[in-house]
Formats: sequence, structure tokens, C-alpha cells
Amino acid sequence: MNLISESPMHYSGQEAGFTAPAREPVLSVRNLNTSFRTGDGWKNVVRNISFDIAARETVAIVGESGSGKSVTSLSIMRLLSVESSRIEGQVMLNGRDLLSLREEEMRRVRGNDISMIFQEPMTSLNPIFSVGKQIAEALTVHTDITEAAAKAEAIRLLEKVRIPNAASRFDEYPHQFSGGMRQRVMIAMALASRPKVLIADEPTTALDVTIQGQILDLIKTLQDEEGMAVLFITHDMGVVAEVADRTIVLYRGDAVEAGKTEDIFHRGQHPYTRALLSAVPKLGSMGGRDLPLRFPTVDMTTGQQVPLAKVSDTVARAKRPILEVKDLTTRFHIRSGAFGRKTGAVHAVENVSFELFEGETLSIVGESGCGKSTTGRSITRLITPTGGKVTVDGQDVMKLSQSALRAMRRSIQMIFQDPYASLNPRMSIGAAIMEPVLQHRLGTKSEARDKAAMLLEKVGLSADMMARFPHEFSGGQRQRIAIARALMLDPKVIVADEAVSALDVSIKAQVCNLLLDLQQSLNLAFLFISHDMAVVERVSHRVAVMYLGEIVEIGPRAAVFDNPQHDYTRKLIAAVPVPDPARRRIKRNMVVDELKSPVRPVGYQPAVRQYREASPGHLYRVD
Amino acid sequence: MTDFAISQSMPARQSSPVLRALRRNRFAWIGIGLLALIVLVAIFAPVIAPYDPLKQNILHRLSPPSSDFWFGTDSYGRDVLSRLLYGARISLSIGFLSVLIAMVVGSALGILAGYIGGVFDQIVMGIVDVMLSFPTLLLGLMVAAMLGASFENLIIAIAITETAPFARVARAPTIAMKRRDFVEAGRSLGYTPLHIMRVHILPNILSDIVVVASLWMASAIRTEASLAFIGLGVLPPTATWGGMIREGFDNILSAWWLVVFPSLAILLTVLALNILGDALRDAIDPKTRSQG
Repeated sequence: MNLISESPMHYSGQEAGFTAPAREPVLSVRNLNTSFRTGDGWKNVVRNISFDIAARETVAIVGESGSGKSVTSLSIMRLLSVESSRIEGQVMLNGRDLLSLREEEMRRVRGNDISMIFQEPMTSLNPIFSVGKQIAEALTVHTDITEAAAKAEAIRLLEKVRIPNAASRFDEYPHQFSGGMRQRVMIAMALASRPKVLIADEPTTALDVTIQGQILDLIKTLQDEEGMAVLFITHDMGVVAEVADRTIVLYRGDAVEAGKTEDIFHRGQHPYTRALLSAVPKLGSMGGRDLPLRFPTVDMTTGQQVPLAKVSDTVARAKRPILEVKDLTTRFHIRSGAFGRKTGAVHAVENVSFELFEGETLSIVGESGCGKSTTGRSITRLITPTGGKVTVDGQDVMKLSQSALRAMRRSIQMIFQDPYASLNPRMSIGAAIMEPVLQHRLGTKSEARDKAAMLLEKVGLSADMMARFPHEFSGGQRQRIAIARALMLDPKVIVADEAVSALDVSIKAQVCNLLLDLQQSLNLAFLFISHDMAVVERVSHRVAVMYLGEIVEIGPRAAVFDNPQHDYTRKLIAAVPVPDPARRRIKRNMVVDELKSPVRPVGYQPAVRQYREASPGHLYRVD
Repeated sequence: MTDFAISQSMPARQSSPVLRALRRNRFAWIGIGLLALIVLVAIFAPVIAPYDPLKQNILHRLSPPSSDFWFGTDSYGRDVLSRLLYGARISLSIGFLSVLIAMVVGSALGILAGYIGGVFDQIVMGIVDVMLSFPTLLLGLMVAAMLGASFENLIIAIAITETAPFARVARAPTIAMKRRDFVEAGRSLGYTPLHIMRVHILPNILSDIVVVASLWMASAIRTEASLAFIGLGVLPPTATWGGMIREGFDNILSAWWLVVFPSLAILLTVLALNILGDALRDAIDPKTRSQG
């Protein structure tokens, strides 16, 4: 760590990032230092951050969890608690130092000169007021206008953020808007006062990839129209490449590198920048390979790439598939009224069929609500499916009794998305890992302990960590623990439900590599459920694309990604942000739409689907 | 995907912030101190008590508080202070044991109902709702009258009246826990439902239950006193606080000390338990933890 904080900051390119802004800066930050009060004195969490943003310019601050990127934006807005934080340095907005303003003056700056949009559009709107009213409120707070004028202006803003039928949606409530539409509303509110600076703090992180593409396009368009300076905070290098003119890389509170986005991407100097960039999955980087590919790793001291280990073919296509799913259907009834009458059903999974071979990774991709997680849970019978047949290792899962089901669960295991929630906080990790063997009476306590120790080493942790509790571990380490626990029963199939989605990009790469290693050494079959196309491309042998509960396309990974047949697959691939700054300011011109809902009325008969074969094993739905 | 800020906001083990909040709450110390005092007095009653609580003395009938009899004597000439000290043993043990039984049975029912769900849940919660709609005293009175008045039967009667609230308190967090990934992980690892409830759910909801236990122990002591006052308590001549009030009630105009001192004892004990319960609840609820 010392090595990094003591080394001087790298400036890439001749124009040298922040020192020479192209035009007169709107926002100019110098030597920003933020400290938090802790039990013993002050802890410095952001050190010596300096940058300028001119009108119509976008500066991105990129970094992983705990790098201080959000603290930077909150410091600029002075939104941190006065008692427990200390902000030093200079934040100049059009020549005015924001840090020396009195609190009342600062309040006039917020939402007026500088606006902010946040990550969670679901929680940042008040659920009991209509959307239009909330925008109108943002207008009347700062300016003296009549109610009618405020309404007209609010509708104009809703149109400006490209919400279809803006006038008719004025009186609708937040729950009637999808996540992407709510983020548009948040942007409309932020624009209400015609701010000079827009701070966007992970504005697309909680959104689906096609919606993310639309929102990024919108921000670019609005910036051109309004001439705002945009400070974009994100962890996603793909998003950075798409939006940012200049980029600052934060690492544990230090700006380790700053410069033009192109220079950072192509000529990044700092080892951390290189490690970060090499861990970013790039769509279309497989180069005609059929097998999965490990993520490259970078030595953090030298910045040199470590050569990739070879991946050999583990798929046992000659044997009977280890997992066979035939016409799997899961529906949830919607009941309403005083007597709980059935008024409809969520058709979460509809006639899904596929096979998974030993040593193979089949990925299920799709956006939120497409039924991919329900598919995983139905297969392991955490949810009881409505119909269909699931065969694991020759056993019909649907016909098993409760006790036989418990025994069957030894062969099929799950890894969950949130590593913070999947471990019992009151149980030491040793006990948690040993528990499966003891519960199934597969060995004595000392045998279980030996196996747990062996598996901890295998997932890259050390055996002497067994006495510790989950809160002592980071997210990536916890996910490794969850993997070790799943391996205790020697499963043949592992259902990984968004298993790497909550992890930082470098950790994500490491965990993906771990899963590949485990497949190489244990011949595991993975059902890899994910919304992340770039990760999926890297780890899978075959891919299934799901949309509204149905598989629309399935086939060998190379065939699906290089030659997508179904419209939805094409749309999904086109929406993935590409970590290549050359594509910046190219708009996708995507249609503004919302994801359709799989809710159907009672008695709905799903259409009988036809599938066509594009190449051997590559099927797509005929619509 | 989301920014977890690992290094800065590591969630600590859940018990420690509770204890810390409790330690900060000065009001809680009054409750704890008072309760500790009452428990010590009850344990060491034979050592502290100046007289035998059952020994009658015709010469000192209804004598007011004096240096010989600090809290006076009753109509049989028995020392009120000594009876009070021995009465604490009855009140506290009935309160503690009945709540213990109610807690074990009620929480078990609540966890089962919450975890199993469906029809079983509806039936259990239906019964709980019916039981909650009876006033505690009335229900206790019915059960005590049916079983007959004795130390054991009183415990059972009071335990029955207080099982329902525990079932309700245990059910809600169980349902929340059931949706947590580590419970789902347990199911997918093939653990038995009983094991999941015992090892993965119970320890995580125990704090909610303990808070309620301290509040309901206060109620149990009140119920015991009320039942004794109506004559359904532990049979005389055993000293109980409720029974002492009942006996003193006949002479309330001439001998105030017969009613006032046992009433004060009940008041202080119930107050101590309520303060402790409130403090525990505030300490466990993260929303109120910072205040106090």
C-alpha cells in the first residue's frame, strides 16, 4: 500500500489531465481532503483530489468500493455530516469557493447551481406524491412561479427526458414507473433549475443493461442541449469509456492517475489502472475461441500482465447430461380482494428446456424479471415449479419426497448473489463450512474440519481463518467461503445465481477465475445465471438468452455472441457499454421503452413456440 | 455492482452495538440496579428477614411501623417486612418461570408458523388472535379456577395467557429471516427444516424475543398479584405480595402499611422490568440506538 501512496501521481499524455482545461472551468476542485471522525481521531479518506470541469465536459471519477469516489462528490456538495467529517481544500464554482459559504448560501447552490442524481431511483422518489408534483415542487422551491406555470414546465421537463406521453403521466405515482423511467424523472428534477454542474453518482448501476444504454444516451443528449458540466462517478470502465472526456482513477482515497480518457485506457501508467482495465470484461474479445477464457491478472507492483493459464476442454458430451430440464414452468398466482381470488399469474418461467453436461458451463442471461433466477430456484426446488421435468444425475427431482430431496441436494448446489446475506452472521465460517457434512452425516467432526480446511485453501483462503465470523471478511472473500461451503458435499452441478454481480471488477475477475479453476480440477457443471453479458461471454461454453420467462435463443457461446439470431439477443449485445473511448459520443439511438411484464390474466394460454436451428446446437425462437 | 464500501462500513457482530447502546443508556442502569437489588433480596430473604414470616404474635397485632417492626405488623402480628422479603421469592419465581415457559412454547409456535406458513400458519395465528382478545387477567382467572390454586398451577395459568404474544413476536422476524439468502442456502444444502430453524433462525431473532420477555415478566408479576388478590393465588399462610394486599384490604383505613408496602414492592418490580425492557428495545432497534 505504501508503495502506491508514496509514488507520484501519473499524468498521461502531454495535455496532462486536470492542469490544462480546454475552456474556462465551471467547477474547479483543488487539493480536496476529506476526513471522518473515528474512535481515535480523524481518518483521511480522500487525499489531494484536484480537477477542473468546463461546460459541456464530462469528467469521470472511477474506482472500486471504498475508494472514496462517492465521498468526493458528497464533499463537493457539502452533504457530509458537519460533526463527523472535515473537508479541506478548495471547491470553486464559477469563482466562488463553496467550502467557505455559509450553510444557507450553500443550500441555494444545491439543486440550483449543482444538481445530483443517485444510484437508487427506487428509493429517491417520495412514494406518496405524484411524479409531476415532485418535479413541480423542485421548480417552486427555487423560483417564484405559479402552479400552472410549474406544471407546464414539469411536463416540458418530462418530455425533455424523453418520457413517452409526458402530459398523461404527470399525475402518476412513482410505483407506476419502471426503474429506468424513475431515473429519467430524477434527471428531470435535477435539470429543473438549469444547473451548471450535474453530479451523477452511479446513475445506471441499478438499471438493466438496455435501460442503462438509454440513460447514458439521454445524459449525453441533455449535456449537449443544456451545456452542463458533468461529474460522473462510477465503478464501470465501460461506462467511463462511453461518457467521459477526462478520467480520474481513485484508489483507496488517492487519485493515482488522471488524464484524457483515451490516454488512461491506452497508455495507463499506474499498476492499479492497468489491473483495473485488464479485469474489465470486454465483449467480443474471445477471438473465435470456443472454450472459456480466464481473466488476465496484473502484478500490482510491476503492472505487468501475468500469462494466462491454459483452459482445457472439460465438457463430457458423450455422457448423459448431468442436468436435463424439460418444459419447466413456474407461475405465481396473484391474489387480490378480500377473499384472495386469483386475478392473474406471473408467468415467471414458461416451457424452458435445456441440458447441461458434466464439466460444462451454461449461462442464462437476461434482464431483471426475465425469470432467470426463478429458473435456478425451480431446478433446485427451492421453489416448487408448476410443471415440467428436471432430471439431475438420472434422478427425477420433481418426484422426490422431502427426505430424498434433501439427499439429492448433495449433487446440485447454489451460490447466491449477495455474499453479505448468504452467510449466517452468528456462525463462524468454519462451522458454516463444516455444517453440510455434519448435517448429512457424511463424516465425523474432525473429517469435516479437515475437508473444510482443504476447501478453504482450494478457494484461495487459509485454513486458519475458520474461527472468524463473516463480518471480518470482504465481499469477495465471503463469496469464496460460500463457494467452499457449496463444495463440501462434492456436488456435480452448481447453480451460480448472479454469483459475481455484487463484486468489484477486480474481485469479480478473481472469482470467475476461481470458478474456472474449480471446473478444470473437479469437472463441475455450472449453471451460470447473470445479467452481465461480458462476464458470460468469458466463462461459458453455451449461452441461453431469456426474455419474459422464455428462452429466446440458446446455443454455443461463440455462435450466440458472433451470430445472434433473435432481436432481443441483438438488442442485449448492442446495449453493453464497450470499454473503448473511441466509441465515445456515439449514440445508440435506442428506442425508449420499458421492459414488458410477464403478468397474465387467469386462463391465459401461452403461445406454442417454434424454434429454428441456425447452426448445430444453436436454436432461436421464431416470432 | 453496488458500492459496499467494505473497508469503512463493516457490519459488526450484532450483539456488540446492543450492549454498547445499553451501557450508554443511564436510565437502563436504574432498571438493572433496581432489579438486581430485588433479586438479591429475594435470594437472601432468610438471612435478611428480621423475623419468621409465618410466626404469629398476638401481642403485636396491627402495630404501625416502628424501630422493631420497620414496616409494621399485620392482623396476626406477623412482621410485614419479613413477609415482603419472602413474598418477593414467590412473585419473582412465578414471574420468571411462567415467562420462561411462555417464551419457549410461544416462540417455538411462532417460528414454526412463520417458517412453515400456509394453513398451519393460519391456524396457529387464528388461535393466537383469539387468545390475545381475552384480557390477560380474565384468561388467567379462568385457567387458575379450572386447575385450582397452587404454585405450579399459577405458573401454568400465567404461562398460557402469555404464550400468544411470544408466538406473534417470533413469527414476524422468522418470515423476514426465511427470505434471507443464508436460510435459502441452508435449504439448498439439504439441511432439515428443524436444523434451519434452530441454528439459523432462532439465534438471529433471539434478541427480539428477550426484549418482549422482560416486558411480559412485569405483566406476569402483576397478573400473579391480581390473582392472589382475588383469592386464586398461592394459598395462605404463604406470603405473597398480592395475598398481603388482599389480607390488608380489610383494615385499609386503620392500618395503611398493610397495603402500601406490598403495593410499592409490586410497583418497583414492575417499573424496573419495564425500564429494562424499554431500554433493551431501544438498544436493539437501530433506529433508536443512537439516542438515549
